[in-house]
Amino acid sequence: MQRIPILQMGKCLLVTIQVDLQDQTALALQDDLSAKIEATGAHGVLIDISALEIVDSFIGRMLAGISGIARVLDATTVVVGMQPAVAITLVELGLSLEGVRTALNVERGMQMLRDAAVEDSRDATG
Amino acid sequence: MTLPAEGSMVLATEQDIVMSRQTVRKLTQQINFSLVDQTKMITAASELSRNTVVYGGGGEMRWQVVTKEPKTGLRLAFEDKGPGIPDLTLALTDGWTSGKGMGVGLSGSRRLVNEFDIRTAVGEGTCVTITRWK
Repeated sequence: MQRIPILQMGKCLLVTIQVDLQDQTALALQDDLSAKIEATGAHGVLIDISALEIVDSFIGRMLAGISGIARVLDATTVVVGMQPAVAITLVELGLSLEGVRTALNVERGMQMLRDAAVEDSRDATG
Repeated sequence: MTLPAEGSMVLATEQDIVMSRQTVRKLTQQINFSLVDQTKMITAASELSRNTVVYGGGGEMRWQVVTKEPKTGLRLAFEDKGPGIPDLTLALTDGWTSGKGMGVGLSGSRRLVNEFDIRTAVGEGTCVTITRWK
């Protein structure tokens, strides 16, 4: 089975999904990311899905799952780069990706994670 | 490689779900579906292939390029010999799930296509047919 690589950049974890995801690969990514957040103490997770040609309910559930798990582990998740055709289909399918933060591209996603980190440190000191 | 206008493939494993998406992508591209139409049809095929593999215990996907002048479309049938669906109305309800999904598989894929037909009999199997016109 293929595994999706997870890169670390400072306090952020970066994932770029570039393969047609098998269900098991999606589940493995969820497990791997959870373990990696715990091991690194990362505060942010950025998932780039710009290469994904579809997001079906299984992948949608995986993205929502990662966001939820990360939140409990004190990390913010941002999903970036969704193609417009994928967004249209996703909404029509009936998936709202509730609780999943999204950004148009990697740059805006990174900015969101930085902002979230600043807010966190303010909360900690204030 | 060009795919024939009619054909079928086995749906037995998770890898077959990926294969069915790739097959439908190729077919929709061959008949020049727009990107949004391609994406909708591939997503619907992904949901229904997964149902066939996970709930139906495997089966097959048949495809057919159909024409109703002046329209061209793609028809897909997903058939299994699994347990069937006891309560179809319930299964077609948004948010209903047998536990493994988000409850949008059947109802959601129905919204992604122009024609949707489902035949099911408890103990005999299920066949879902979808058509999307260009």
